[in-house]
Amino acid sequence: MKIAAAGSLESNDCYITVKESNDLQIEINSIVFDQFGNQIRKVIHDTLEELQITKIYVQCNDKGALDYTIKARLLTAIARMRGIHA
Amino acid sequence: MRRSLLFIPSNSPAMLQNADIFAADAIIFDLEDAVAITEKDAARILLDQYLNKFSLNQTEVIIRINSIDSEFGFDDLNKIVSDQIDTIMLPKASKEDLYILNEYLTKIELNKLLNKKIQVIPIIELASSIINLKEIASAPRVNGLLLGAEDLSTDLEVVRTEQGIEIQYARSVVVMYAKAFKIDAIDTPYINTKDEVGLVKDAQFASSLGMNAKACIHPNQIEVVNTVFSPSLKDVDHAKKVMMAYEQAQKEGKGAFSVDGKMVDKPIIERAKLLIKKAEKWGV
Repeated sequence: MKIAAAGSLESNDCYITVKESNDLQIEINSIVFDQFGNQIRKVIHDTLEELQITKIYVQCNDKGALDYTIKARLLTAIARMRGIHA
Repeated sequence: MRRSLLFIPSNSPAMLQNADIFAADAIIFDLEDAVAITEKDAARILLDQYLNKFSLNQTEVIIRINSIDSEFGFDDLNKIVSDQIDTIMLPKASKEDLYILNEYLTKIELNKLLNKKIQVIPIIELASSIINLKEIASAPRVNGLLLGAEDLSTDLEVVRTEQGIEIQYARSVVVMYAKAFKIDAIDTPYINTKDEVGLVKDAQFASSLGMNAKACIHPNQIEVVNTVFSPSLKDVDHAKKVMMAYEQAQKEGKGAFSVDGKMVDKPIIERAKLLIKKAEKWGV
């Protein structure tokens, strides 16, 4: 099973792990989950939609990352999983 | 015209999203030394997303790419060159690299239909770059030279000192070529970020040699650098006095005139014009 990760657990960043899956699973752990959990999920959904990915496991450990960071880390993790040199 | 150029690591979201609050004339987003080899891909994507989301308004956006003879340099260019950036900073510059970079940027500008021409600042950090300064300073797109004293010292096999005697020739020759080609002479950063007195002294010395800007490696260096490389109020007042006297002399058909008892000639008038231009740009 292919698995990859990107990002860090530093403040304002997030650590995203992706792996191949038979369905879509998104797991979010965030220090600001109550306020921004839905927004983080939306960024992940939108990014996957852009990439036309419907089946994947995404785990996001968020340390207060803004949308652009979440998207960047997810794009990096997916590129690494696919073996693409970004 | 620049005074302060602040390096920011491109793989740090916390640093990136504060880039617009600093008073630097330019931000250098670093994809080279500040990013671990295993994180080059992540830094490139993060920086690309950041630049698509945020605008730095009047602040110049410079990207220090990896050297183009490394495995990362062209990937950096492919990902990061867009209308959101102004300038590429090229490490360990050679005349050959600058030629290749110019051709490659031209292709990217055409392919991506950019609305601007990307400029280039080569980093002078090899002895071979010093001896090829004429070709480097006159290469297409080059609008400034940055002296990189740390790598240069390694190449010269000398120890960096507080006094900087070992880089004095390099500083002077970079100034000469930059001025000859009417581009910015940008001094090497002062690496002790906790020594403000040392920074003032180092920046003033660089300024006295003719450097007109200095790279910064910490936001706390920007204010000092901006102050040192801006004209002082006293200088601005004197320059205005020179220009008023010049205008009066022209009306009266006088070739030579004096201000405060000192003879004024063409170089002094040119210096006064440049100083007033700088003062207007930076609100002195």
